[in-house]
Amino acid sequence: MSQGDAAIAVLGSSVRADERRLLDALDRRGISHSWIDSRRLFFPLVSPGRFPWRCVLNREIGQVRAAYAAKALEAGGALVLNHSACVDVCGDKWRTSLALAAAGLPVPRTALALTPPAGLAALEEIGYPALIKPLVGSWGRLIVELRDAAMARDVFEYVAALPGPHSHLVYVQELVAKPGRDIRAIVLDGELLGAIYRIADDMRTNVARGAVSKPCPQTPELAKLAIEAAAAVGAEIAAVDLVEDEAGDLLVLEVNHRVEFSGFQQAMGDQIDVADRIVELLISRVSQ
Amino acid sequence: MISCPVCDIEVPIPAQSRLSEILECSDCRSELEILTLDPVTLALAPEVEEDWGE
Repeated sequence: MSQGDAAIAVLGSSVRADERRLLDALDRRGISHSWIDSRRLFFPLVSPGRFPWRCVLNREIGQVRAAYAAKALEAGGALVLNHSACVDVCGDKWRTSLALAAAGLPVPRTALALTPPAGLAALEEIGYPALIKPLVGSWGRLIVELRDAAMARDVFEYVAALPGPHSHLVYVQELVAKPGRDIRAIVLDGELLGAIYRIADDMRTNVARGAVSKPCPQTPELAKLAIEAAAAVGAEIAAVDLVEDEAGDLLVLEVNHRVEFSGFQQAMGDQIDVADRIVELLISRVSQ
Repeated sequence: MISCPVCDIEVPIPAQSRLSEILECSDCRSELEILTLDPVTLALAPEVEEDWGE
């Protein structure tokens, strides 16, 4: 288990561009830190205070590993950003939708059907075109646009044939007629750090899929929604994805707990150093 | 420089590289992981899993 004993640690299974920025930011500030490789990690059943790390930034890319690691680290007395409860909620699209709706935030028309046939019934209420999304997953993977009932029946036939009971849960959502872009807002500790447009011809506007990033004006409405969405899922570090509907009103799509900020950083340039702001937050937490 | 374990083209290693850092081969576009730093060794990075992401 020994992977360094600094008060601040970063947990992950690989150092990609964002992790590199974070580790560089820690180095620039001269902050001693440990890199915890989740692939070599195991957790003996421990009593609080057993782990050397007081504050752990969870950058594990796999949702299952991220969730279990967060719980184990917290049980050992570490403060984990984001908290395991947040990782659980944000890692599941339906649980995220529930949290956003419970907070009274505007969201697209959405339903969870417990079987593929019930998904067809749900779509009769939501209407077409609509989207089917996997409950767990990212970067727009496995999201399918359902243009009509015939297409939905075909897709659901494949869904029913997938292995595992989780795969048979059907999360469907109206396809919002967005203006070729969505908005990513980054919220740190209840404050809006900034927002960008993610522009793409595809209905998936993920930067990982090649969407172009540009700065987005920070209106009071955007700031309020983003901050409230982060709070609704208990995220201290959050990437809130929003979309403008045909009337120009904002809807919250989801909140990401392991914020990828390459596109954001590229669009914002020198205005904001996301990695440094996250490190600042870690330092403040470890000092408490 | 070190050879890509997939296509054998030489891959430039950035200064101040980190353990577990992911690099992309400019030729075959494979994602490569730095396994050791001294000396630098590379291996094909793990493939994307179903639950990977944000």
